[in-house]
Amino acid sequence: MPITYTSGEQVEVYRFSIPVTIGVPLLALFLQAFVPLRFPRFAVYVDLPLLVTIFFAISRRSPIAGLFTGAVIGLAQDMLGHNPIGIYGIAKTVVGYGASSLGVKLDVENAGARLLVTLGFYLVHSAVYFTVARGLVNMTQRWSWGHGILAALVNGILGVLLYFLLDRFKQRT
Amino acid sequence: MESVLGRYRNLIILAGVLFLQVIGLAVQVKRIGNEEKDTRLIRIWAVGAVAPFERALVWMQNSTSGVWHNYIFLRGVRSENRQLKEQIEQMRLEQVRLSEDAAQARRLQNLLAFKEQFVSKTVAAQVIGSGGSDLSRIVYIDKGEQDGLKRDMAVITADGIVGKVLQVFKTPSVSQVLLISDQSSGVGAILEKSRLQGVLRGTANGEVVLERVMSDEQVQPGETVLTSGGDQIFPKGLPVGTVTKVGSGKDLFLNIKIKPAANLSKLEEVLVLVEKQERQAVAEDQGRIRAADILAQRLPSVPDKPATDPNAKPVGEAPGNPAANAKPGTKPAAPGAPPATKTAVTPTRPGGVTAAGSVPVAIVPKPKPTTTSTSSGEEKPEGAVDLQPSITEQKPPVSPAAEPNSQPPADDNSPH
Repeated sequence: MPITYTSGEQVEVYRFSIPVTIGVPLLALFLQAFVPLRFPRFAVYVDLPLLVTIFFAISRRSPIAGLFTGAVIGLAQDMLGHNPIGIYGIAKTVVGYGASSLGVKLDVENAGARLLVTLGFYLVHSAVYFTVARGLVNMTQRWSWGHGILAALVNGILGVLLYFLLDRFKQRT
Repeated sequence: MESVLGRYRNLIILAGVLFLQVIGLAVQVKRIGNEEKDTRLIRIWAVGAVAPFERALVWMQNSTSGVWHNYIFLRGVRSENRQLKEQIEQMRLEQVRLSEDAAQARRLQNLLAFKEQFVSKTVAAQVIGSGGSDLSRIVYIDKGEQDGLKRDMAVITADGIVGKVLQVFKTPSVSQVLLISDQSSGVGAILEKSRLQGVLRGTANGEVVLERVMSDEQVQPGETVLTSGGDQIFPKGLPVGTVTKVGSGKDLFLNIKIKPAANLSKLEEVLVLVEKQERQAVAEDQGRIRAADILAQRLPSVPDKPATDPNAKPVGEAPGNPAANAKPGTKPAAPGAPPATKTAVTPTRPGGVTAAGSVPVAIVPKPKPTTTSTSSGEEKPEGAVDLQPSITEQKPPVSPAAEPNSQPPADDNSPH
């Protein structure tokens, strides 16, 4: 079913080639691990794997594909750190499912909608991570609204730019 | 039933995936509680996928930077070279002074039977990646099991400590280093001046704090923090950082914020302490030094005589006359001078024993009981330890061959 209908408008469903499906998340993970060596603040404010998860989820518009994409990317991100594997996995699974479900119902092709979606899902991601890390793993965490909103804005702006770049790899189903 | 499953299929799958991950987390948390220290295969795969790219990128970056800075961008190199040469000269002078201080410190440590941990072997490594999250403050280095690295080895820079090796991988040969700013790290630390000990920990927002210092103690901002050696990972005395802020914490402890000496946010090269030894400081024992030898070094020497008849008995040679057996090049005492009253600048202890533990400079085999006096002539009370260099005077020798008013003994180098 290549085209879904929401509010009378056609919303297209896209797919991606296998190299893009594997390469883009790997590149995002690599940059997430490498860039902080030169720009330490990068890791504090930017979450590239999250942006890639949101992009694939809202483009494919399939909740199951979205949640699996989020789970795989999140687990891979967990593996690079030293904390128990699964904290990012759970958070990104929720985000992948939510973003793809939202993509089914809304047109998220324009820049404004993408900014709001990314901003909102960054906060959702942070809240889930905070809950899991504190509740299940007993990690010491502090919630800061100021930092959360600032980081959400940074990710939103970066996400809009990144999505336009990644739009080139979309293929119509 | 089928319609319900079909309607809520997405939600059921979501719940299933989340449930599996929660179970996986629970298993890991339980294992961490049981101190299991194995490396998960899945983590090895992830590191193996990312590390080669990181290594290649670091290599490319270093190569490009090397070509640019070594062959193209050479502006100001000449003046910098001149400044560096001047700096080297100053540092040489400083080095001479410091080596003297170090030698003296070793002697004193030997006296006090100090035991030290010496860093005997290090491996230099390059930082190639990070954990990618502010909640996991780790870095990856390009040395691993094949380079002799093991868990819990200390990682330092020239500025100060960095962290410890958390995971070691064989293929690829990389290691994971837990930074001291991570909230799961802990380092035994001591304040340099007040000698208060505490535990250095990272916080959730990446700050480094010193815990377990009682609130009734006085700690001043700016004080240096060193490793205490109590964690059995870092040798004692390595720089950790400086105190930036002191406040009241919880449970009768102070909240002391530390600025790490090493720049943890911009690490490039680090040293891994792969071997450390605990041994007693040993002073350089140069054996018994005779005054004649010292004089021979200080005074201008007379050239050696040509070879003579080996059967001819040397003039003035007599048993019990050590001056007659002095090395060639020893200048004889001037006629009429007080015989064999020598001074030597050495750190002394009561009884005329030097700080190095050897007998002070003497020219007689069995000197009379010595008196230790300072340069001002004041006599030291018995039992006092003088760690400052002082002048040790010894009584003139009394020997059958050298009476106080007799002529100075002649030796091979005496003028004829």
